[in-house]
Amino acid sequence: MSVNVNPAAEPLLKVSGVETYYGSIRALSGVDVHVNQGEIVSLIGANGAGKSTLMMTICGSPQARNGSVVFDGTDITKMPTHLIARRRIAQSPEGRRIFPRMTVYENLQMGAGLDNLKYFDEDVEKIFALFPRLKERQSQRGGTLSGGEQQMLSIGRALMARPKLLLLDEPSLGLAPLIVKQIFEAIRMLNEKEGLTVFLVEQNAFAALKLSHRAYVMVNGKVTMSGTGRELLANPEVRAAYLEGGRH
Amino acid sequence: MTNAQSPAKEAAPGVMAQAVKEGLFAGILAFGMFLLYVGIETYQNIDNALVWRTRWGLLAIFVAVSAIGRFLVVGFFKPRIDRRKLAKAKAGIPEVSDDKGFFHRNFLKIAMLALVLYPPVVVSLYGVQGSLKFVDNFGIQILIYVMLAWGLNVVVGLAGLLDLGYVAFYAVGAYSYALLSQTFGLSFWVLLPMAGILAAFWGIILGFPVLRLRGDYLAIVTLAFGEIIRLVLMNWTEVTGGTAGISGIAKASIFGIWSFDVGASNNFARSFGLPMSSAYYKIFLFYVILALCLITAYVTIKLRSMPIGRAWEALREDEIACRSLGIDTVKTKLTAFAIGAMFGGFAGSFFAARQGFVSPESFVFLESAVILAIVVLGGMGSLTGIAVAAIVMVGGTELLREMEFLKHVFGEDFTPELYRMLLFGLAMVAVMLFKPRGFVGSRQPTAFLKERKSVSGSFTKEGHG
Repeated sequence: MSVNVNPAAEPLLKVSGVETYYGSIRALSGVDVHVNQGEIVSLIGANGAGKSTLMMTICGSPQARNGSVVFDGTDITKMPTHLIARRRIAQSPEGRRIFPRMTVYENLQMGAGLDNLKYFDEDVEKIFALFPRLKERQSQRGGTLSGGEQQMLSIGRALMARPKLLLLDEPSLGLAPLIVKQIFEAIRMLNEKEGLTVFLVEQNAFAALKLSHRAYVMVNGKVTMSGTGRELLANPEVRAAYLEGGRH
Repeated sequence: MTNAQSPAKEAAPGVMAQAVKEGLFAGILAFGMFLLYVGIETYQNIDNALVWRTRWGLLAIFVAVSAIGRFLVVGFFKPRIDRRKLAKAKAGIPEVSDDKGFFHRNFLKIAMLALVLYPPVVVSLYGVQGSLKFVDNFGIQILIYVMLAWGLNVVVGLAGLLDLGYVAFYAVGAYSYALLSQTFGLSFWVLLPMAGILAAFWGIILGFPVLRLRGDYLAIVTLAFGEIIRLVLMNWTEVTGGTAGISGIAKASIFGIWSFDVGASNNFARSFGLPMSSAYYKIFLFYVILALCLITAYVTIKLRSMPIGRAWEALREDEIACRSLGIDTVKTKLTAFAIGAMFGGFAGSFFAARQGFVSPESFVFLESAVILAIVVLGGMGSLTGIAVAAIVMVGGTELLREMEFLKHVFGEDFTPELYRMLLFGLAMVAVMLFKPRGFVGSRQPTAFLKERKSVSGSFTKEGHG
C-alpha cells in the first residue's frame, strides 16, 4: 500500500478536542482525529462508542459544543450541514438514506446538485462503471433496490458531488460478505486511482483495517488507540476486542 | 364420477355459504351503525320542542343495500375477479402492458379539448340561462378545487409538509382582492398577482415558525394557523366586516375592455347586442379559472424538473440526506410554502370575484380537509389523479343536490346533500382500501438516461440485502 502523503502539510480534516452532547449526555469527550489528503482512515469501535456521532459532528448535526473541526483550512465547527456539504464533504450516512421513491438515476442527480448538474453526464458514467448494478437498475425506484445496491447508490450519490472528503458510515451494515467485498474494493480503487480521501466508520473491523492506511479505535466517546491499519490488525488488544470471533 | 367435477363448481357452494354469512354480517353491522344516524330522526314540533321519530323504512333500505351488496361482492364479483386474475397469470400476461389505448395516450389532449368546448356545448344544449348551473356549479366550482388542490399538492404532495391550514391562504387571497378592490378601486387583473404575492408572503410567515417541525406536529401548527386567520377575519370587524363579511365586490372584467356590470356602458352583453344574462360572466370566469389551473399545472410540472422541485421531492423522502447533499432545507421549505400559498391566493381572489361576497364562513377547517382529501385521494404529487379526485369529490357533491328523484324514494324531507360527508367518507375508505396511494399512485420520474421506462411495483420487491 503506497501512501503518498506529505506529513508536514496541514491535514485535510482536523478534529481537535471535540465534545458533543445529546442534551446533557456527553457522547464525545475530547476527540482528536485527523485525515490527510489521499488517505483512507477508518474509525472502529463497539456499538455506542460514538463513531457515528463523530461522523455527524463533522457534518454539523449535532454541532460540537467544545473543540473544533477544521476542513481544508476553514473552521466548520458551527456551520450548518448544507454549507459543510457545499465545501465538498460528501457523506454516505448511516442507514444509507437514499430517496426511496425516486429512481436510481434521479438519486444520482440529487448528488450532483452542488454543481447544478454541470459534470453530471460525465460523472454518472463513472459511477455506472464503478457499480454496473446501478446502471442496470437506473430507472428503478431506490426503495426497491436490495440492501447492497442501496449502499452502492448511497456511495455513488455521495461521489456525484465530486467530494474532497468522503465520509462513509458503516457501509457494510447488513450486507452479505460478497457485497461488502465489492464495495470495499470500489473504495480502494477510488482511493488509488482518483486519490479520493476517505474517512470510514466501521464495525467490521477486519475489513476496515485491511483497507485503511491509518485507523482509530474509539471506546466510550474517546479515541483510545491509533496507528496504521496493519499495526492495529496486529495489536493483541484490538484483536481480542474487535477481531477474534468476530471475523467476517 | 365425483372426481370429474371441475374445481370451480366444487368450490361454488362454499363460496355461496360464505357470501350469505358475510352478507348477513354486513347487514347486522349496517343496522348497528345506522340505527342512531338513520333510524332515528330528531325534529322540532309545533311547540319548538325537540322530539324524535323513527325511520324504519329508510333504515331497512340502508341495511338491505349493505347486506345484498356484500353478498354480491363475496358471492359473485370476487370469484370472477379472482378467476380473471388466475387466467391472466396462466396466460403469462404481465399486469402492466406498454401498449395503452388511444384514449389513454391522448388523455391530456382529449381532456383539454373537452374543457375548452364545455361551455359552448352546454349553452347549445340548455340555452344561455340554462347553462348557468352547469358552468358555475360544475365547471367553476370543480376547477377552483382543482386549482386549490394543485396548489396544496406543492406543499403536501411534493415537499411532504402536511398542511392542514391551507384554506388560510385561500382566505388571504379572497380578502386581499375584496379589500384592495373596495379601498383602492383596483381591477381584478392588477389584484390577482397581488393577492398571490400577499398569500405567498403569509406562506413564508407560516413557514418560519414551523421550519423545525415535521409530520403530525407540523399538521397541528398549520391547523392552528388556519384557525387564527379565520378568527382574525371574524373579529377584526372594522376592516373585514366580521361575520357579515364583505359584499358588493367588483366583478372581473375582460381586461378592462368589456365589463360585466349591468349598468356599465361597455357591458359585454350590450356591446354584442345579446340579451342580459349573468351566464356570460360565469362562462368568462370558467375560462379564467381554466387558464389559472393550466398555469398552476405548467408551473408545477416545470418546477418538478428544476433543482428546486427536485429538492422538494428529496425533502419529502429524507430531510437528513438532503442536508448532507448540500440542500438548504430552510430555503426549500419556505419556497414550497410560498409557492403553494401563492396558488391558494390566486384561487382566493378568483373566488371573491366570482362570488362578489366573502365571509369567514367560506374558510372553515372543513375546506382545508376537503382540499387535503382531494390531494390524498388523487395520489400525492400526481396532477391528473388530483384533478380526477376533485371532479369526483366536488362534482359528486354538486350532483347530490340534483338528485331530486331521491325524494320520491326516501320521502319529501330527504335532503341528499346532507349525506355528502357520509359519501365522502365512504369514497375515501374505498379508495384507500383499493388504491392506497391514491388514484394515480405511481410517481413519474423527471429524469431519464435514454428512454422513459415505467417500472411497475409488481416487478420489484423491497430489498433488505
